Amino acid sequence: MIAIIDYGMGNLRSVEKAFEKLKFDALVTRDRSDIERADAILLPGVGAFKDCMDNLTSLNLVEPVIEGVKKGKPFLGICLGLQLLFSESEEFGLHKGLDIIKGRVKRFPKNLSDLGSTNRKLKIPHMGWNRIKIIKRAPIYEGINDESYFYFVHSYYVILEDERAAASETSYGIKFVSSIWKDNIFATQFHPEKSQKIGLAILKNFGNLVKKGNY
Amino acid sequence: MLAKRIIPCLDVKEGRVVKGVKFKNLRDAGDPVEIAKIYDEQGADELTFLDITASYEKRKIILDVVRKTAEEVFMPLTVGGGIRDLDDIRELLRAGADKVSINTAAVENTEFVEKAAKRFGCQCIVVAIDAKRVQSAECKVQSEEDGNSKHETQIWEVFTHGGRNPTGIDVILWAKKVEEMGAGEILLTSMDFDGTKLGFDLELTRAVSEAVGIPIIASGGVGTIEHIYDGLVKGKADAALAASIFHYGEYTVQEVKSYLMKMGVEVRL
Repeated sequence: MIAIIDYGMGNLRSVEKAFEKLKFDALVTRDRSDIERADAILLPGVGAFKDCMDNLTSLNLVEPVIEGVKKGKPFLGICLGLQLLFSESEEFGLHKGLDIIKGRVKRFPKNLSDLGSTNRKLKIPHMGWNRIKIIKRAPIYEGINDESYFYFVHSYYVILEDERAAASETSYGIKFVSSIWKDNIFATQFHPEKSQKIGLAILKNFGNLVKKGNY
Repeated sequence: MLAKRIIPCLDVKEGRVVKGVKFKNLRDAGDPVEIAKIYDEQGADELTFLDITASYEKRKIILDVVRKTAEEVFMPLTVGGGIRDLDDIRELLRAGADKVSINTAAVENTEFVEKAAKRFGCQCIVVAIDAKRVQSAECKVQSEEDGNSKHETQIWEVFTHGGRNPTGIDVILWAKKVEEMGAGEILLTSMDFDGTKLGFDLELTRAVSEAVGIPIIASGGVGTIEHIYDGLVKGKADAALAASIFHYGEYTVQEVKSYLMKMGVEVRL
């Protein structure tokens, strides 16, 4: 069973529905015992960094998540679920994250302009479909073409202390890490559950690796 | 590079799509879920449902539509129309909407935008602005910064209640205000051009897009494939919303995108 962590924010239904459609056993839960018995952990996310960390803390979910990851359970973080893995975030002041991956969450700079020749001003949030350049062929990218489009919506991005955990990068005024792979930890800045067929393919890859225990 | 988005919009009344939709191979032309599936297959980048249900009692029906759609299609879904409070938003997000579009309630209570953005995140709060060109040059713009009345000519005025009520608010200042309040995006509709098939109000679209740092969805007036190109390139919109050209099968989303790509616009094909 994949435990989809419900920390009281955002649209969890689409993640759950996606796994239902793909016929994987997934459960939206905020119950510690569910997370402990789960084969895998999925941390979805929209909302503000601090609110989400506060909710995870008050629901006593920080420890079971960190424990699960340490035990080697496959973990998938989506959007804010990727950012929460990091040591700290600059969103509305400096706030501590789960500190599973060393690094910092930063806001896209103001007056960001296009990397290309047009030099037009870029909007924040970075919202819509953008390409990913695969750096490391993580198991979740099996069968996924390089430079495929995925749906993004975020104003913050991550800076890694150790770049080796970067699985893909994306350009939006700057180049940023758009997904992570480190051992049993997978995380995407984009939303696979909102990225139509290709997004579902990523969730399917994750579901399969949970089943096989092979990653 | 970020692709420009093409967003079909469906007007839904009491759970049924009301503007005629004439696809081939469609079992039920009034079923929003069936139509959503077709746009999904055509490669729409997002979908917008506009709930125009008049009676409050029947508003719950839209939740069921959202729920059923979210089971079938896995792409961003925006719902607008009649959203009054935080509970309305919570229910829609729970049903599977990714964003909500707020119009009248934002004008009546600006703090509502701020509260909603804080509670649910900026990314899911779209403010819809219905803009109309003001004929009279006498209209003065109240400057937000110093509170003094500046003698500038207001070009566009914000309207609410489905375009029935003038507000006296300048569109550009309002757009800046909602950005400041935490709106993640603006859905900008030209009331002058809506339904005319003459194209977007490019001057309006560009003016608002240049005034704010958040994405703008252009809406109102698309009649041809070139209009969409103009809105995205000349109007500098980040996304284009259209209804009838897709509903009547004049163009598929794919055809529009192929054309845009040929014209050098970044789109996802």
